[in-house]
Amino acid sequence: MKQAPAHVPATAGAVPAAAALALGDDALVLSHRLAEWAGNAPVLEEEVALTNIALDLLGQARFLLSLVGDEDELAYLREERAFRNVQLVEQPNGDFAHTIARQLFFSTYQELLFGRLAAGDGPFAPLAGKAVKEVTYHRDHAEHWTLRLGDGTEESHRRMQTALDALWRYTGELFEPVEGLEVDVTALRDAWLTLITKTVRQATLELPTGPQAGAWTAGAGRQGLHTEPFGRMIAEMQHLHRSHPGASW
Amino acid sequence: MVTARTPLPTPLEERLLELAGAVPDPELPVVTLAELGVLRGLQMSGPGRVEVELTPTYTGCPAVEAMAADIERVLRDEGIPEVEVRTVLAPAWSTDDITPEGRRKLAEFGVAPPRVSDPGGPVPVSLGIRCPHCGSTDTTLLSRFSSTACKALRRCEACREPFDHFKEL
Repeated sequence: MKQAPAHVPATAGAVPAAAALALGDDALVLSHRLAEWAGNAPVLEEEVALTNIALDLLGQARFLLSLVGDEDELAYLREERAFRNVQLVEQPNGDFAHTIARQLFFSTYQELLFGRLAAGDGPFAPLAGKAVKEVTYHRDHAEHWTLRLGDGTEESHRRMQTALDALWRYTGELFEPVEGLEVDVTALRDAWLTLITKTVRQATLELPTGPQAGAWTAGAGRQGLHTEPFGRMIAEMQHLHRSHPGASW
Repeated sequence: MVTARTPLPTPLEERLLELAGAVPDPELPVVTLAELGVLRGLQMSGPGRVEVELTPTYTGCPAVEAMAADIERVLRDEGIPEVEVRTVLAPAWSTDDITPEGRRKLAEFGVAPPRVSDPGGPVPVSLGIRCPHCGSTDTTLLSRFSSTACKALRRCEACREPFDHFKEL
């Protein structure tokens, strides 16, 4: 992320830093998780697809974090508890089905949120208007894979169901209020649930029945409380930058 | 914003815009930045100082930095010492911004050009994309994402060749 271009947002008014950090960290962390598939994806087309999605998310993160401060410092020099992303995006890639379930839950949420933000005239409208078109492709990708895996073989069906069930407890946090955001994210829940239910049923899968938040997950990520795998993720993400401060090539 | 720019471009601005617009895209060098529709405006902000507005095709497009560097070089060679390239996101770039000449060149290069989108927005449909090699419309989607974020990978069922499709955005 060296040599940042002049991503100077032409927006009027004060930027709600907490909201920019929350949305920016969601994008940054998910981007990093998806990039972990580079060299590991089941087929070449998917490797390219997942890293392309990661790149779109990185673009979002750069814009949003630059609204708050220096993008590199924010990405590479903050401690775990200073990150404001939801816990869903930091969950490990798991098998391919887990990655797809995470993508389905998050891209459906992000498309709804960015659609609302783009319709307004707040500081996030220019980015949201741009990114929502890209996120439409992310959701399309996740939906198609959910259908293929759910309505595929016995094994792929079992794995997809396991993944949906495992990540379900992290979906409630998506709808916790975000400080300074002009859109009421709580109100997105019904539309999100309708879309997810439709895809899950079409894929011959069951909508998970468990709670959408564990005792420790309700809004925790937005307050800087993260799950254990996140510490290891940022250790790897930040290692190079911290080992060679100010290095460039 | 472009709409706020009341004065008409001076002959110098027009010439510089033409030069900046003639810069080839770093990833698809058959098309120029003007043909791609990513150049939003150019303005002299003082003697020897010019401001250029550039919009990325995709939010994370890494080519933006190369485009900015190329524009700076071309305009400096033209005797403008201070060149500032700013990235603007709104209004969002669309594949509809690619000029007819740009579309023709993409097809000639072997990349199926994007279809003009309907006003409803980017609806990923899989119909009617023509193979740039043999012209057949009997083509199938292999992957929604290809060598760059802006392209999808398809295969022609008639000539069996794979090809990139600049997908609608």
